[in-house]
Amino acid sequence: MLKSPEDLTVRQERVKAENKGKIVLSLCSGTGCRANASQKVFEALSAELQKVNSGSNVILKRTGCHGFCEKGPILIIYPEEICYVSVKPSDVPDIVSKTIARGQLLPHLLWKNDTVTAVKHSEIPFYKHQTRYLLANNTHIDPASIEDYLGCNGYTALKRALFSMTPSDVIQEIKKANLRGRGGGGFPTGVKWEATRDAEGGEKYVVVNGDEGDPGAYMDRSILEGTPHSVLEGLIIGGYAIGASNGYFYIRQEYPLALENTRKAIAQAEELGLIGDNILGASFSFHVTVHQGAGAFVSGESSALLSAIEGRVGEPRLKYVRMSTSGLWGKPTALNNVETWANVPLIIANGAQWFNSIGTPGSKGSKIFSLVGKVENTGLVEVPMGTTLRKIINEIGGGIKNGKKFKAVQTGGPSGGCIPERHLDAQVDFDTLAELGSMMGSGGMIVMDEDSCMVDVARYFVEFLKEESCGKCLPCREGIGEMVSILNRIVMGGGKPDDLVFLEDLSVLLSEASLCGLGSSAANPVKSTLRYFKNEYESHILHKTCTALVCKAFTAFYIDKERCRGCMLCKKQCSVNAIQGEKAAAQRIDQRLCVKCGACLEICPAKFNAVRKISPVSDIPD
Amino acid sequence: MPLKTTYIFKFKFIGDSVTQSEDVVGVQIDRIIDRYKGRRGALIQILLDVQKENRWLPEEYLRHISDRLNVPLPQVYQVVTFYKAFSLKKRGRHLVIVCMGTACHVRGAPSLFDRISQKLGIKEGATTGDGRFTLLTVNCMGCCALGPVMAVDETYFSNPAKSDFDNILDSYT
Repeated sequence: MLKSPEDLTVRQERVKAENKGKIVLSLCSGTGCRANASQKVFEALSAELQKVNSGSNVILKRTGCHGFCEKGPILIIYPEEICYVSVKPSDVPDIVSKTIARGQLLPHLLWKNDTVTAVKHSEIPFYKHQTRYLLANNTHIDPASIEDYLGCNGYTALKRALFSMTPSDVIQEIKKANLRGRGGGGFPTGVKWEATRDAEGGEKYVVVNGDEGDPGAYMDRSILEGTPHSVLEGLIIGGYAIGASNGYFYIRQEYPLALENTRKAIAQAEELGLIGDNILGASFSFHVTVHQGAGAFVSGESSALLSAIEGRVGEPRLKYVRMSTSGLWGKPTALNNVETWANVPLIIANGAQWFNSIGTPGSKGSKIFSLVGKVENTGLVEVPMGTTLRKIINEIGGGIKNGKKFKAVQTGGPSGGCIPERHLDAQVDFDTLAELGSMMGSGGMIVMDEDSCMVDVARYFVEFLKEESCGKCLPCREGIGEMVSILNRIVMGGGKPDDLVFLEDLSVLLSEASLCGLGSSAANPVKSTLRYFKNEYESHILHKTCTALVCKAFTAFYIDKERCRGCMLCKKQCSVNAIQGEKAAAQRIDQRLCVKCGACLEICPAKFNAVRKISPVSDIPD
Repeated sequence: MPLKTTYIFKFKFIGDSVTQSEDVVGVQIDRIIDRYKGRRGALIQILLDVQKENRWLPEEYLRHISDRLNVPLPQVYQVVTFYKAFSLKKRGRHLVIVCMGTACHVRGAPSLFDRISQKLGIKEGATTGDGRFTLLTVNCMGCCALGPVMAVDETYFSNPAKSDFDNILDSYT
């Protein structure tokens, strides 16, 4: 139990002294790497280390997400910082007997491309071009160990806030830092806190929004999985600044590991006296509860999230009463996103001036993006605000997969927009992305290549939003539904030129008349694709063609007679018996039976490469 | 007359396929409810815990929870039908989940879904006749680097080919 600020300092120093001069194996155990069997690598490593009796000089750590998910599981060996990628359990004996025992490198586990072989983690281009503050400790901390966090100077910011600052000093510092909400809204955090602090009413609440519902985005999950204490520390500081003695974590149920690690972190902080009554001997007391979500995208909307915590359906409320006046249980509430809370200890520890030295005039600090889709290096990217899309996609992301051509990058989640190549030099911040018809959102960045159909992408997002609309207000419920039916009609081949005008009208209606942000931004995917890719809509409607070969109604498969050797593999694979022909003779697809599943294309051996996919359907040769 | 005591327990925890008496299940649910004693708004948390144990929520359970928490049954149903995590239908022993997140979508999730749906012979949300698999989709599992991705219970498979399905599915009974 830590009873005073001095106790904390002593404990931090003790952890640092204990770890000094030791070899640390940091194995990524985020959800992505776990899916890639990092658990088996961990078991193999611990067994092997035990076998060679490595003793206490080697520490094996299961950490949160290292970010380079494409090459997981990732193992970093400190202090040399040797980074091994795509590690398999069978690599473990060599890692222990050669690298750890004798300092010998295993070249086949190092990251390399045509020109560079990287030994150190920081030499890999994916990491080299990033600037990591929020994710900096992810490779050093076992999220199940509060000691690790203390060893990285964890809870120093809390100590500073409690013993060297008044609550209003803290709010002023956050205001001076110009921290804007990372959940997508970009609202100034300090202003929100001040309004909550100034509001009437005894009990107040602080809430972490961990309902990261945007598909293709997992920044918040990785923070909660990797360094849950950073969010917790931010929340306690926020509680102190605002005058709240209770805080809530709302975490979506699809993130079991984030839930587990957050719960553990809270229990450990309680045990050490960093949460509870009279924290570190100060007069401030604070308690934390975790609320698990139950699967509803709209619950990420702040007022809907509070309803969910109250045990009710997560429907948004009207916004004329601000949450800072009447939020959770009708009391003043400050709700911020996971990443926003994680920025708080950084600002308090390093000062507003430091934070202001990073970023653009309107958007300060760094931002984490989840770079996914058709990009070479999928993963989590933390860069200063104002970094260009081109740098993120090409230098960090390594460009487009399989040498294909870039078409668009989608930012801002389902309510965001698609940005075309000509705007790739735009600097990513809240304001620039909004000008381009997209938005920052929570930080999802989905890269699309020439094989992505933009009408299909718009349809995908709008359909997603239709499913997720809570149905409370009419414009959203009916408007999105109508949009989906028009877009479905277009991709099914029944589109009319008038449809585009109607889509634009509906967009205006939705954005002006909806109750909450879900409805008012629901048209963004349509608006932005109409703005930059209208030609694709027109070719669907007028020429019944999908150049990306995505929309089933406009595509067909056929077998090139010249190339087919009649190996019959495709025939065996076809589940509807649409392929006809004798063995060793060219096969033929019966278009009336074909369900366009693509199994024949997938199975056709590369040396024959005989199955073709084309659009429009009328282009099939006889 | 209050409605509360009219329900009949005639169900079993499908997890182990053993019929249990009214008392056993009542006690198990009560144990979960007691965990949240004194916490406001615990309905969703209780339902999640019960569903975790039983994989779906039979009407009798909901009546019991409504009773114990003194929350009207329609309100319990409102919550259960609003959130996706809850199922009012019996689910199979294993969940086959296809990720339909954006990153997976652009990497071919729809066709992966079609293939697995064809293989299992069921549509989304349905359960195979032998009670082995229920087919579900989710909006993002967050392992976008593996996309398009499919999971059986908690094991992930990156873009399995149609020819791999047999191997994958055979290992689940």
